[in-house]
Amino acid sequence: MRTFSTRAHNHQARTALAVVAAAALALTAAGCGSDDKKDAGPSSGAPSASSSGLQLPDLKGQKLEVAAVWTGAEQKNFRGVLDEFEKRTGAKVTFVPTGDSTSTFLGTKIQGGAPPDVAFLPQVGVLHQFADKGWLKPIGPEAQAQLTKNFSKGWQDLGAYQGKQYGVYAKAANKSLVWYNTAAFQQAGVTEPKTWDDFLKAAETVFESGTPPVSVGGADGWTLTDWFENVYLSQAGPEKYDQLAQHKIKWTDPSVKDALTTLAGLFGKKDLIAGGQSGALQTDFPKSISQTFTGTPPGAAMVYEGDFSAAVISSSTKAKVGTDAKVFPFPAVGSGKPPVVSGGDVAVVLKDGKGAQALLTFLASTDAAQVWAKPGGYVSPNKSLDLAAYPDEVSRAIAKALISAGDDFRFDMSDQAPAAFGGTKGEGEWKDLQDFLVKPTDVAGAQAKLEADAAKAYKN
Amino acid sequence: MASTVTTGGAAAAGPPPVKRKSLMGTRPWVALVFLLPALVLLGSLVLYPIGYTIQRSLFDADNSAFVGLKNFGEVFTDHSNLTAVKNNAIWVVIAPVVATALGLIFAVLTERVSWGTAFKLVVFMPMAISMLAAGIIFRLVYENDPDRGVANAVVVGIHDTFAEASAYPGARPRPNADLAPSAGGSFTTKAQAQPGTAAALPLIGVPQNKLPGDTQDAKAAAPAADGGVSGTVWLDFKPGGGGTTGAIDPGEKALPGVKVEAVKDGKVVASAKSGDDGTFALPASAAGARLRLPSSNFATQYNGVDWLGPSLVTPSIIVSYIWMWAGFAMVLIAAGLAGVPRELLEQARVDGANEWQVFRKITVPLLAPVLVVVLITLMINVLKIFDLVYIIAPGASQSDANVLALQLYLKSFGGGNDQGVGSAIGVLLLLLVLPVMIFNIRRLRREARR
Repeated sequence: MRTFSTRAHNHQARTALAVVAAAALALTAAGCGSDDKKDAGPSSGAPSASSSGLQLPDLKGQKLEVAAVWTGAEQKNFRGVLDEFEKRTGAKVTFVPTGDSTSTFLGTKIQGGAPPDVAFLPQVGVLHQFADKGWLKPIGPEAQAQLTKNFSKGWQDLGAYQGKQYGVYAKAANKSLVWYNTAAFQQAGVTEPKTWDDFLKAAETVFESGTPPVSVGGADGWTLTDWFENVYLSQAGPEKYDQLAQHKIKWTDPSVKDALTTLAGLFGKKDLIAGGQSGALQTDFPKSISQTFTGTPPGAAMVYEGDFSAAVISSSTKAKVGTDAKVFPFPAVGSGKPPVVSGGDVAVVLKDGKGAQALLTFLASTDAAQVWAKPGGYVSPNKSLDLAAYPDEVSRAIAKALISAGDDFRFDMSDQAPAAFGGTKGEGEWKDLQDFLVKPTDVAGAQAKLEADAAKAYKN
Repeated sequence: MASTVTTGGAAAAGPPPVKRKSLMGTRPWVALVFLLPALVLLGSLVLYPIGYTIQRSLFDADNSAFVGLKNFGEVFTDHSNLTAVKNNAIWVVIAPVVATALGLIFAVLTERVSWGTAFKLVVFMPMAISMLAAGIIFRLVYENDPDRGVANAVVVGIHDTFAEASAYPGARPRPNADLAPSAGGSFTTKAQAQPGTAAALPLIGVPQNKLPGDTQDAKAAAPAADGGVSGTVWLDFKPGGGGTTGAIDPGEKALPGVKVEAVKDGKVVASAKSGDDGTFALPASAAGARLRLPSSNFATQYNGVDWLGPSLVTPSIIVSYIWMWAGFAMVLIAAGLAGVPRELLEQARVDGANEWQVFRKITVPLLAPVLVVVLITLMINVLKIFDLVYIIAPGASQSDANVLALQLYLKSFGGGNDQGVGSAIGVLLLLLVLPVMIFNIRRLRREARR
């Protein structure tokens, strides 16, 4: 469960069901299977200075604590990175899982006077909030050097607040992907669509072939916000996207109307959505993925969500990512570019020290990304990372789409919004878009509700 | 159960020890030392939080500015809060009454049977499950997919026993073809059927593997000789794509068993079923009629009841609560029943009362004190209901299932982060529980005096 929830939205874990719990068990089991590759990684790295010229200080005897939300396979893969760091510096690093509510966990730790040395924050908003309270320590010159060398400006800026660099986005998520069932596409004789119109046409053809075309996980509001964000980013452009994310333009703006109308072109057609609107509303995220890759004909031919969907595919279906399940970038809407909406976890220093800064330097380096990428299930925004480091074709394609977007990518809008609007089950944007899914004809009504909720949450 | 706890508490901290103190010559400070642990615990865990919550409810979200009763104003004007209040009222009235009634029935009935203890054990068993686990169980029970949710499996099973399943659920005519949707989910041709030319009725949206196993390729129908109307019903989709729309391409499958009606002026004049190669033949009377494929061919599967939809979500959750707590009511009532003097029941029967009269006029009045205890305990329990609602209600209908305790949590921690309003809801909950508590304490006192 955690494996995908954290990359998607922290809050998603709260919607946990028994089904999901079962999926999580399966996921952990799958994770155990995949980590045997891991051991090969660190042992190959030479101590201290490496091929990339990364210099790490000798930290023999030092103890570090790192907190992040990851569990299961994700935690194991990250442990590989920490092992490598331990080997190079001699420090001892312990990993502390934070649980679902990272900001609450860290907040209490900090106020209690015992913060971990380094923590991963899942939302931009939390970074700003923590930096504002003075809880974060700016990164040192070595880490800054690695950051400047390896990261595009967009990713650097996401980790900065009021002109100071506080964090390193060591791990990213690409949330602009459509996964599809290759067998269903073959049966219908359609190819990967590049534009929204082609996408709808392909969906239509898939329907004619007897497979429900698009699976929408409407029971989880966050999947709907991600749908909207992709359409909006492509159609209205990055500038408008930023304005809307900061609520500088209202949700009653014509651009929002256009995006919702575009979305209604899909949501409004009962035949194009697996189970119709009411069925979609009862499909949670894991089910939306698994139903796309089970059965003949499958429950759906395509499903939209981020790279973390791969974990669900391999854990709860028999489909193989790369052969049975493939992926294409979210289609471009209108005259816009294909959108790249991303998420990610930012590493920050909570307790200043040589060790913490060294760890951040390491995390910003290509060497760390290489170790991390090896077991799969990881996408790095590090542009210096050789794509060959990824274990398979699909993750390479996902990483390539993310890197080639340069600075045109945008961070998940609902993750930038106050939690009451963009991150709470049954409230704000989640609920409003669920209502919109049920009644896609009422664009104006949805806009009015979104604006009312946004105004309340942003307090402006 | 409740009464034992209270008497125990009174012995430790209540008035009796105070009276005995002077008699036995115990010094006040010794008494104080013995009382201290209880006082400290009660003070820090009960009194202080209540006081702090009341104080907190008068401040704003950041706890920085005094806002007076503004938070309470919001509690009574915010739409979602009002839904929560309304739902809480429904809960408090329905859940305890139904649970107690069921418990009473179970207790009285099981008293007479030899396997009563086994039955009681089973009914009581849900009490051993945590609310969270029960919530997850019922989330699965109410699952919409009949293959996963027991409730819908039953409903769909019953429905399908009486209604015949259609041959090709969800099929549609090829868009822009002559065949188009008409009233009531049926499909009708625009053109009138001409004898001598074969009618084409292309359909799409049927999965290849949902066709009968021995389905043949579609064939163009031979023109009927006797002036009748003929045609083909087929799946106008070639696996892998390609093919001309509206025309029978090689490899396209026939749709056997589809009912075709010839309609003239709204009246069915003839009907036929498509054969194994998809062809059908209608008699001469069908000439000039429109061809209609009635909706019975395509009716989509009955999917059961939307248990967790906006309208049914609260009753559904209440049912799960009753499943848990009817056993509790039953056990308490059964204990009360054991104390009812048998002679009274015997006497009534000897006097000629039937069983219903004995139950109504003797058993229930004698059990009244126990019933009140059960009702009140459940009421207090229901007022603070949180877990079941939080777990069972899906995101889309959570606001329809909202209750005060859940709203308290959502406002304080679940995104809103306004602990001022959250505290105000907490105070409101306290005020709602107070009358029930006072009633309960008074009743206990009265009983103790007896």
